[in-house]
Amino acid sequence: MNTISRTENQALARTVLELDVYNHPGVMSHVVGLFSRRAYNVEGILVMPVGGGVTSRIWLLVNEDERLDQMVKQVEKLEDVLAVRRHGAEHEVFVRLEEFFR
Amino acid sequence: MPKPTFETLSGAQIVVRLLERQGVRTLAGIPGGAILPIYDALSQSALIHHVLARHEQGGGFMAQGIARATGLPAVCMASSGPGATNLLTAIADAKLDSIPLVAITGQVPRAMIGTDAFQEVDTYGLSIPITKHNFLVNSAEELLEVIPRAFRIAASGRPGPVLIDIPKDVQNQVLEVGEWPAAGVAEAVPAPAAAGVAVAAAMINEASRPILYLGGGVVHSGASAAAVALAEKAALPTVMTLMALGAMPVEHSLSLGMLGMHGARFTNLALDECDLLIAVGARFDDRATGKVAGFCPQAKIVHIDIDPSELDKIKTAHVGIAGDVGAVLQTLLPAVKAQQRLAWLSRVASLKAAHPLRLPGIDDPRTPYGLIRAVADCLDDQATITTDVGQHQMWVAQAYPLRRPRQWLTSGGLGTMGFGMPAAIGAALAEPERTVVCFTGDGSILMNVQELVTAAEEGVNVKIVLMNNSSLGLVFQQQTMFYGERIYASKFKGMPDFVRVAEGFGVPAIDLDGESDPRAALAVALSARGPTLIHASIAMHEQVLPMVPPGAANKDMIGG
Repeated sequence: MNTISRTENQALARTVLELDVYNHPGVMSHVVGLFSRRAYNVEGILVMPVGGGVTSRIWLLVNEDERLDQMVKQVEKLEDVLAVRRHGAEHEVFVRLEEFFR
Repeated sequence: MPKPTFETLSGAQIVVRLLERQGVRTLAGIPGGAILPIYDALSQSALIHHVLARHEQGGGFMAQGIARATGLPAVCMASSGPGATNLLTAIADAKLDSIPLVAITGQVPRAMIGTDAFQEVDTYGLSIPITKHNFLVNSAEELLEVIPRAFRIAASGRPGPVLIDIPKDVQNQVLEVGEWPAAGVAEAVPAPAAAGVAVAAAMINEASRPILYLGGGVVHSGASAAAVALAEKAALPTVMTLMALGAMPVEHSLSLGMLGMHGARFTNLALDECDLLIAVGARFDDRATGKVAGFCPQAKIVHIDIDPSELDKIKTAHVGIAGDVGAVLQTLLPAVKAQQRLAWLSRVASLKAAHPLRLPGIDDPRTPYGLIRAVADCLDDQATITTDVGQHQMWVAQAYPLRRPRQWLTSGGLGTMGFGMPAAIGAALAEPERTVVCFTGDGSILMNVQELVTAAEEGVNVKIVLMNNSSLGLVFQQQTMFYGERIYASKFKGMPDFVRVAEGFGVPAIDLDGESDPRAALAVALSARGPTLIHASIAMHEQVLPMVPPGAANKDMIGG
């Protein structure tokens, strides 16, 4: 069993990040590398191409943390990241996916 | 309309042509299997001088020396596998000090990527966290976009290193080229928000004990004169980080010198009393701030930086202004009141009188400070000074009279031993009219000692001043001060004969220990053209003081 149960984990304040990025190899590595170097876990990841496939949208589910503001600024600096939007945990993108994780 | 003339070129030839079009005239590197097509094309270039380093890290630091001396992106090259991994330290060093570098590496052919081919390593993956951006090039056509873009990224905004990994088959791919892209140059930075500048000006006007805190961004932005002008108009005592030394001349009446771990007592004590800290192109590095909670505890903070992610990273600013620091200072200057601030300047002067920077032995060239001063006495401000990393670096930072931006090239953020000599070679190649002095230690020089032969081969005007204390001095000092004098792995038992080592590599050398008149010997060695090594023994017990213990607040200095 996990040290943090599923219900306890869900009680942590969550943030959903929505990133518009160029769609080519390595972009995902650049984004998640900023989290892994800080030992900052990414709880959920969802990526699909948008429109013609030149860009993709990355959805990240992360725990709220005092480092998040600075991390978002770092993500915005990446060459392949076009835009970053922050949403609250109530955003439905991961909620709707839950049925695939039962 | 003139019809474009089409040329049939290989990817390798396209790379070389694009580098020529960028204005690259000197680059450093080492060839190997996976980059041979580019080297073959380079051999046909009448414009580019290739400097053959003897280790890829040396080549990377030579490129850094060129970039730091000129402010323009410089290029280094390496082959795949170990060539690329050897380059990584120089790239990481450039990242931490925001140096514009374009590193080009060869890669195994695309069909072999991922097969553990000979000399294959995931250069792209390895370089992600230590570059500003990186590319794995997929076709010769892509080179036309990627190479100018790499230069643009390296030079734009906050500068930094960019890596381009080019598979061998892409180098050999043939393409008809009709039109060439424009050279990649730094993009214009958006003007700073006027509201922030107005608030900052009001805070400066109302402060009673302000201090101006300059970082390396002032040098990168070419904003030294603007910073000095602001300090003079608003009567702002000014501290500099290691990276900003030279931005304000050392003997300027408002200069408090370097702050932080090895700053003078009066400098750190003045910061402890200030009520407004104006940080310009500085990032509140831990070596500058000490324990953050104890850094300028009474001060409001104005933070000006080109990189928005630096604002509020370590200290929350009362006003954060994102913008080119030179442009911000230009808008700030007319908005601040001319002031005399007699009470605060007199308080700072009394702190300085009571707790000055002590430089024991300054008149004796057989001591660390005395040797540094004796070298400075032989040179003018046109000389460029590089260092390696350790005690000698901090002694030079404290005691060398730096008066010119880009006079001082040192590895600040990464603190890489082995930086100094190859960086000096690069600086001398970029500005051959200058004398370039590299202060180094017996620990540091051995980390890239092979580049002595490159110095000899190129005949660069580099003077290596080797301060030999037979130890890893800063480790020895910390073990003495903080580890109960348990000296371990910091005293060298074997000691090379450095004069013979240098001569063996083709670099003339003198030993000041055996000179009856060390000043006269120095003057002769520093005035002759070409590379020279000057060896000087110093006592092992000499310490860099004052010193803020790691993790302590800056006001809790030891010694000095």
